[in-house]
Amino acid sequence: MLARDWRAGELRVLALALFVAVTAISSVGFFADRVKQALTREAHQLLGGDLLLVADHPWSDRFRDEARARGLATAETTTLISMARSGEQSQLVGVKAVSDGYPLRGRLRTAAAPNAPDAETREVPRPGTVWVDERLTAALGVKAGDSLELGDSTLTVAAVLTLEPDRGVQFFNIAPRVLMNRADLAATGLVQPGSRLSYALAVAGERKTVDAFEAWAKANLGRGESIQGLAGARPEIRQALDRAQQFLGLTAMLAAILAAVAIGLSTRRYSERHLDGYAVMRCLGASQRQLFALFAWEFVALAAAACAAGVLAGLAAQEVLARVASELIAAALPAPSLAPAAQGFAAGFVLVLGFALPPLMQLRNVPAIRVIRREVGPPRQGAVGGYALGLAAAAALLVWQAGDLKLGLYVMGGFAAAFVAFAGAAFLALRAFASAAPLAGPSWRYGLANLRRRSRANTVQILALALGLTAILLLTFTRADLIGAWRAKTPADAPNRFVLNIQPDQREAVLAFFAANGLPVPHVYPMVRGRLVAINDKPVRVDDYESERTRRLVEREFNLSYMADLPGHNRVVAGRWFDANDLARGALSVEQGIAQTLGIRIGDRLTWEVGAQRFSAPVTDLRGLDWDSMRVNFFVIATPKLLEGFPASFITSFNLPESRAAAMNRLVAAFPNLTVVDMSAVLRQALSIMDQVIRAVQFVFLFALAAGLLVLYAALLATQDERVQEAAVMRALGASRAQVAAASRAEFLSLGFLAGLLAAAGAVAIGHVLAAGVFQFPYHPDPWIWLAGPALGLAAVGLNAWAGTRAALARPPIAALREA
Amino acid sequence: MRATGLGKAVPNGDSTLVILQDIGLAIMPREAVAIVGASGSGKSTLLGLLAGLDTPTSGAVELDGIDLFALDEDGRAALRKRLVGFVFQSFQLLPPLTALENVMLPLELAGDRDAEGKARLMLERVGLGERLRHYPKYLSGGEQQRVALARAFVVEPKLLFADEPTGNLDAATGAGIIELLFALNAERGTTLVLVTHDEALARRCNRQVRLVAGRVQQ
Repeated sequence: MLARDWRAGELRVLALALFVAVTAISSVGFFADRVKQALTREAHQLLGGDLLLVADHPWSDRFRDEARARGLATAETTTLISMARSGEQSQLVGVKAVSDGYPLRGRLRTAAAPNAPDAETREVPRPGTVWVDERLTAALGVKAGDSLELGDSTLTVAAVLTLEPDRGVQFFNIAPRVLMNRADLAATGLVQPGSRLSYALAVAGERKTVDAFEAWAKANLGRGESIQGLAGARPEIRQALDRAQQFLGLTAMLAAILAAVAIGLSTRRYSERHLDGYAVMRCLGASQRQLFALFAWEFVALAAAACAAGVLAGLAAQEVLARVASELIAAALPAPSLAPAAQGFAAGFVLVLGFALPPLMQLRNVPAIRVIRREVGPPRQGAVGGYALGLAAAAALLVWQAGDLKLGLYVMGGFAAAFVAFAGAAFLALRAFASAAPLAGPSWRYGLANLRRRSRANTVQILALALGLTAILLLTFTRADLIGAWRAKTPADAPNRFVLNIQPDQREAVLAFFAANGLPVPHVYPMVRGRLVAINDKPVRVDDYESERTRRLVEREFNLSYMADLPGHNRVVAGRWFDANDLARGALSVEQGIAQTLGIRIGDRLTWEVGAQRFSAPVTDLRGLDWDSMRVNFFVIATPKLLEGFPASFITSFNLPESRAAAMNRLVAAFPNLTVVDMSAVLRQALSIMDQVIRAVQFVFLFALAAGLLVLYAALLATQDERVQEAAVMRALGASRAQVAAASRAEFLSLGFLAGLLAAAGAVAIGHVLAAGVFQFPYHPDPWIWLAGPALGLAAVGLNAWAGTRAALARPPIAALREA
Repeated sequence: MRATGLGKAVPNGDSTLVILQDIGLAIMPREAVAIVGASGSGKSTLLGLLAGLDTPTSGAVELDGIDLFALDEDGRAALRKRLVGFVFQSFQLLPPLTALENVMLPLELAGDRDAEGKARLMLERVGLGERLRHYPKYLSGGEQQRVALARAFVVEPKLLFADEPTGNLDAATGAGIIELLFALNAERGTTLVLVTHDEALARRCNRQVRLVAGRVQQ
């Protein structure tokens, strides 16, 4: 029976829809599972130990001695950003200086050359040598045995670093890695005032001892010091990944819900086609239970096969996701576990239960009288309950996928709102279109009349297609528009290089270097690092702030600057800029955003700690500034007198024509401690990451599109008998094949056109929301989207239109008329 | 209309099932002919062939001097549009169209500019002037068949084919439809070819052609 029903077509749609849904859900499930495993099972490795103490200053011996006294193993790392040079070339690198014993958990892997086989090692670079990652060998053209200049030191490249377990998951991985011995760090001269360093002390040992040490350390932490335990390993990354997974998961759900519509449609047709047969069986004395068993087993077998195929396809698809996101997740991902496969199966069966069972139950209730009076269908009261079951199933799946009741409900609300909005628009558009019918010729009139008559079914089709097309338009037009708008925000002559770490005694020489090399001499700003300790004499404590971002801001040191004149690219939005009085007494200017975050108002008195000294001054104005201008910006600017006495470094930004890029290599060669950041490279990196994220999302959206097309096809199948019948009547009345075909095309093409138009409107609306709410820049949709949307819609229904017309004309009219 | 040597056979597994064999038939203008016979005698098949809705295995049908099966499917459709009207047992109204639109359809297919006016008049003639904007599913069986009659007669066909026009109706309603059918037929001077089981209905025609096992029994 399964084989016979399969040939009839509707089961094929059902199986395909189930397959698409399970593939979408399980591919995201497998991918998420692998990332989660990497984050949790390898949390020790990600920390490089069992517990990690992190500070923005060197750890005092107290912590080291305490750990050792408790019998714990320790290792230390210091990380900073600097320039590495080889010959004429220079490159921004992430330097990690490590002590013996690093890493306490996990192993480094190295190779003799790029792409050569690598091996685990228990050692760290010997003094005088460095290990560099593959990207740096490519960027600087260095190989093992070459020398690499770092600050004032010249070190020898000893190996290519292929795996750094505690690097793990990374975003904005701008700089290639240089791993060096901690003993060499001081000689490089890179540790200077104003350079941002991170000092980590890793400990490992017995669980109980580690816990006890953690408790002790917590009680003894000072400013700028924090503990990362296993649970808190890389919280910001974990959070970002969680969000990304939720988003991918919910996109997969969109595909699943569309697939569910296809499942419902095809099952309904299945049950309608079987009504007569089942009525006869009832007539012959088959019980409801026997009838139920007859189709239940058929559906269970089919669902199991479709789910199994979907899980296998999901397994293959997650590999694509992992590759697309390979730059985001540098850690080697472990093999996926079996849990997502079970989830895929469960989701598949929930869909079948929720959307296929209700129409099937109707089949069971077919009255035997139907054999005599064909118009008698099954009792209708089951139908409403059936929809409720489907909705409950969809809701359960959503909440489960979101992993959070509140979020699940929110998303469900969002989906429902979007569905209702789209459906409402589709319904009204259909009506408007159909009302134009009397103006058209007979073929079009008939096609448009069909739009109106089947307006409920057509609304579903338009909705499904429009959602799929919205995704495509969003990821092509809207994305290009947004990226274009983002790029346009930064003028071509905007600064593209930052130079950091200029020491006071280097300032004149660096400026002279610019002049000597025919480059415009940029403005350099002094920079002093200080910590905010009190607002209006009330101490600033991390625990007083809720948001993660604010807590980080409060904990770390600010870059303070001092100047008498307002920088040209800043503007005062409240209060007034320093006057002579302020300059004499001391005053502060604060960026409006951070002022809001920290609750600072004009007139507040801020107390800062620089090194061991403190100073206080009132806030006299709030500044607005454009962070995208690529110029040097400061959260807090002080009057010169307040800060002049403190150790400072200088920073500048300027536009360097790409033809003069070599000048920067000479600058770094002359001043080895300087850090030059190529903002165009940072921008490229950011764009490439944005692109990867979009590609991953796009990949999952493809499932949604596939499901949408299945809905379209299922709906076509559902109305096929009707179409064949009506085409025959038209033929009998003397309509030519061309006229019948035109009527069928009129219906489908209007449908595709409307779906495409709605999709374009949806994509533009989402673009506006993103531009205004997230990116905060003006968005001007490409007008071509209004053509591309309907064109895509027409292309998508083209196959349907052709198939529908062909079916309608396949048989001589008499054959179809007889069946009525 | 003239049919000569008309035969229809369909493959049935390894053998061939002969439905109609060597049918010869001539129907004069304005004549009303009833095709009668037992179930399975081939009545409806013969009607389908005479109307060009199906193709024969052998023989020819000449309609108004034109050889039907020398034309292709679209050619036959064009001829139907010009000469032929239909009434079916199951009405065969198009559900998405209103009563008025259903009646307008054949006129529009023929490119008539006053389709609506003619359709309106015709519906009034069959007593449905009040139900122009109703969809078929809101009409009773008798009303639907009256719309079908209006649709058949509105193009003023030379020839009307009716396949068991009362088969789906109760006796009283069926009788009403028959009265209307013959009244319209008389008004417009249409040639009528009728397939029916109903002996009373058959007797109202000028002539009866009885089919037995696919052959004409005179």
